[in-house]
Amino acid sequence: MTENNQPRPSPIKVFLSELTNRGNEEGPDAHRKRGLLSSLLIPILAIFTGLVVGGIFIILTTESVYAAFQQSIGAGIAESWRVVLLSYQSLFTGSFGSPSRIIAAIQSGDGAQIRSAFNPILESLVASTPYIFAGLSVALGFRAGVFNIGAEGQLFIGALTATFAGYAIKGVPAVIHIPLALLAGFAGGAIWGFIPGWLKAKTGGHEVINTIMMNYIAFRFSDLMLTGPMKMPGSFNPVSPTIERSAWLPVIFGAPTRFHLGFFIALGVAFLVYWFLFKTTWGFDLRTVGANPYAAKYAGMKVPLNIMLAMTLAGGLAGLAGANEVLGVNHNLAMAFSSGYGFDSIALALLGNNHPAGVVAASLLFGTLRSGAIRMQLVAGIPIDIVSILQAVILMFIAAPAIIRTIYRLRKPVHDEGVTVATSWGAD
Amino acid sequence: MSQVATTFHQKLETGVTVRQRVIGVLFLVLAVITGLYFAGAVPPDQTATFGMVAGGSKQSIDPLVVPAQNSLYFLAVIMAVVGGVQIARGFRSRTNLMLGVVVLLFVFGFLIWAAAGKSLNLAGLLNTTLIKSVPLTLGAMAGILCERSGIVNIAIEGMMLSSAMTSTLIASVTGSLWLGLIAGMLTGGLMALLLAVLSIRYKTNQVVAGTVINILATGLTSYVSAKFLQVYQGLNNPGTFKAWPIPLLSDIPLIGPILFNNNIFVYGMFIMLVVLHVALFYTKWGLRMRSVGEHPKAADTLGINVFRIRYYCTFLGGLVAGFAGAYFTLGSVGRFDEVMTAGRGFISLAAMIFGNWMPFGSFGAGLLFGFADSLASRLAILQVAIPSQVLLMAPYIATMIVLAGVIGRSRPPAAEGVPYEKE
Repeated sequence: MTENNQPRPSPIKVFLSELTNRGNEEGPDAHRKRGLLSSLLIPILAIFTGLVVGGIFIILTTESVYAAFQQSIGAGIAESWRVVLLSYQSLFTGSFGSPSRIIAAIQSGDGAQIRSAFNPILESLVASTPYIFAGLSVALGFRAGVFNIGAEGQLFIGALTATFAGYAIKGVPAVIHIPLALLAGFAGGAIWGFIPGWLKAKTGGHEVINTIMMNYIAFRFSDLMLTGPMKMPGSFNPVSPTIERSAWLPVIFGAPTRFHLGFFIALGVAFLVYWFLFKTTWGFDLRTVGANPYAAKYAGMKVPLNIMLAMTLAGGLAGLAGANEVLGVNHNLAMAFSSGYGFDSIALALLGNNHPAGVVAASLLFGTLRSGAIRMQLVAGIPIDIVSILQAVILMFIAAPAIIRTIYRLRKPVHDEGVTVATSWGAD
Repeated sequence: MSQVATTFHQKLETGVTVRQRVIGVLFLVLAVITGLYFAGAVPPDQTATFGMVAGGSKQSIDPLVVPAQNSLYFLAVIMAVVGGVQIARGFRSRTNLMLGVVVLLFVFGFLIWAAAGKSLNLAGLLNTTLIKSVPLTLGAMAGILCERSGIVNIAIEGMMLSSAMTSTLIASVTGSLWLGLIAGMLTGGLMALLLAVLSIRYKTNQVVAGTVINILATGLTSYVSAKFLQVYQGLNNPGTFKAWPIPLLSDIPLIGPILFNNNIFVYGMFIMLVVLHVALFYTKWGLRMRSVGEHPKAADTLGINVFRIRYYCTFLGGLVAGFAGAYFTLGSVGRFDEVMTAGRGFISLAAMIFGNWMPFGSFGAGLLFGFADSLASRLAILQVAIPSQVLLMAPYIATMIVLAGVIGRSRPPAAEGVPYEKE
C-alpha cells in the first residue's frame, strides 16, 4: 500500500534536484546566503582554468612549438610561451583595443581617431548584446524549472518576424517602428517558446526534446520563408529585403563604430527580468514553481500556467536576441544554419547563476571572447573556433564544480553548491 | 485501494478509446486527402510510372505503370475502411501495425500523385532512403545504448562530428580506411566517456554535459579543420569504403541492388540492429542494462553494479555514434567539412524517441526520416507544389506529436537523467 501510493516524483522535480545536485536532503544550511566572493570563486577559477586549457591546446596545435622542441627543451618552452602570449595578447587587444592607441587617440583629441581606438571594446559590447538576451531566456526558464534548449530556434523566428516588421511596415517614424519591430521579434520567439511550454504543461512531453525539435522546424521554416515569400525580389540567394531605415537601431557614436542602442535595451530588459523575477508576485510564483512544484501547487499556484508563462517569456527573450541582430547589426536576414547562440546561452545562464546580473556579466565575457578572437585569428593564426573550445571547457567546470575543487584543493562547502537553478524561498 | 484501482482502470479505458478515435479520424483524413485532393488533381487517363532499377544496377526490370486516378481511389477506399473499423471497434494490439500500413498506403498515394504523367525512379528512391537512414539509425542506436541504461544523450551530434573528423584525419595520415574507422569509433567512445564521467561521477545535469560535448566537438573539429585540414589537403583525403555486393543476394531482382550492394556501414547497421535487439531483450546483460535504466535501486539491491553498467553502455553508445560519424566521411563524401553532420545527431535523437527506445522501432523511424529527406530532394524534379522544407520539417513535427502521446505514446526509461546515489 505504502509502496504503491507513493507519489512518483514529477519530471520537473527530478530535473530540478538533478540540476541543483541537492535532491531532497538539503538541510537548513542550504538556505544560508553565501558571500559574494565565495560564490564568485568557482566561476572565476573556471574561466581561468578554461584559459589555461585553451593555452595548452594552442601549444599542442602549433607547429613552430614542435620545431623549437627539436632544437632544445628550453627553446621549446620559450616558443610555447611566446605563442600563448601572442595569442592571448591579440585576444585582449582584439576585445578591448590597445591601451597605447587609446591614450594616443585621447591625446590627439580627434573624434574619428578616438572612435576607432575604442572600436574594439564597442565591438565586444555589440557581440555581447544577443548573448544577454539569449542568456536571460535560458536563465528565466531555469528559474521556473524548465530547460529551454531552444533559444536557437526562438532566436531565428524572432529575427524572422522582426525582419518582416522591419521591411513590411513603411512610412512610420523610428519611435514607433523600432518598438513595433522589437515587439514582433518578441512575439515570434514567444510563440516558438509557448508551443513546447504548452506541450509540457498539457501532455508532459519533455521540453528538452520539444525545443530541440522546434529548433530544426525553425531552421526549415526560416529557409522556407527566405526562399519564398520573404526573399528579396531579384535576389538569387535566400536573403530578405533590407529593413526600412526607420527600424534601424540607432548607432550611438559615429563611423566606424557599430555600437547601437540594442546594448542599452538589453541592459534594460535584464533589469526588467530581475524586477519581474524578484519583485513581483508573478515572478515569485514562477520561482516557487521552479524551486518546488509540489509546494507551489499546495500553495494554490497554477503550475502548468507558470510553466507556459515561463517558456513563453523565455522564447520572447530569445526572439529579442534575433530581433536585435537584425535591427542593430545586419539590417536584413540571411539564412545561416546555426549561430551557436542557443547552446552558448545555456553556458551563460549557468555561468551567471541564473541571475540577470550574472547573465549580463557572463555575456560580456563571451561577447568579448568572440569579438577578440577575430583579431587573434588575424594576428596569431589561431582559428576563431578556439572560443567554442574555451566556452565548452568553462561550461564543463561550472557544471561540475567538483573538478575545480579537486584541481585547486578547495574545501568542500557546507552544502554542495552545484549549479543553482532556482533559489530557495524568498531569496534576494 | 480498490477505488484507486477502478479510477485508474477507467482512466486507462478512456485513454484507449480517445486514442482509438483519434487514430481512426486520422485514417479517414488521410483517405479523404487521397480520394479527393490527390485523385481530383490527376486527370483520369494519366498513368504514373515507377522505375524499378536502382542506379548502378545492371538488372533490367520493366517499370511499374499504374493508372493514377483509379489507384488513388482504390487506396482511399482501403484507408477509409480501415479508418471506419478503427473508430467502430479498434484494432487493439494491432493498432500500431495498421498505423504503419495506412501511412505506407498514404505515402504510396502521394507518390502516385506526384508521379502522375511523369516517371519516378522508385528503386533509386528506396536506395537513397536506406542510405540516408544509416547515420540516423546508427545514431539512434547509440542513443538507445546510453538511455536504456539511464544516461540522457543529447551529444550524439557532437560524438558523430568529432568522429567524422578524426576518422578522416587518421585514414588520410595512415592511408588505411580501417584504421580511420577504428580511430573514429574510439573518438566517439572517448566523448561518451566524458559524458559518462560528468554524469555519473560528478552528477552533472546530463543535458548540460551533452551540451558541453556538442559545443566542444564543434569547436575542436572546426579548429582542426581550419588550422590543418584546409591547409594541408593531404590530411583531408581519406577515400571512401567502396560498395561491396554480396554474391547471389545482390542478384535478387529489385531488392538485391537496394539492400545487398552497399558499403560496410549499411551492413554494419543491419548487424548492429539484430545484435542490439537480441542483446537488449533476450540476454541477461540486456535485462540488467534495462533494469539499471528503469529502477537502479532495485538493480543495485540485486547486486548489479549500476555505475559500471552505465559507464559500459555509454562507452558502447559512443563507439556506435563514432561508427555513425565515420559514415559521413569514410562512407559517404570522403572528406571532412566543418559542422558537416548538420543536425543529423538530433534527428537520430528524434528517431530514437519515435521508435520508442527500440532498435527496430528506431530503424523504422530512420527509414521514415530518410524517406522524407530523399523525397524532398526529388520534389523539385517532379515539379510538385510542396516546398521541400515542409517535408524536411515533417520528422520533427511527427516526433513532437508522438512525444505528446496523442497518436502513439513514447515512453522513456524511468530513471533516465537521474544520477544514481548509492546509499
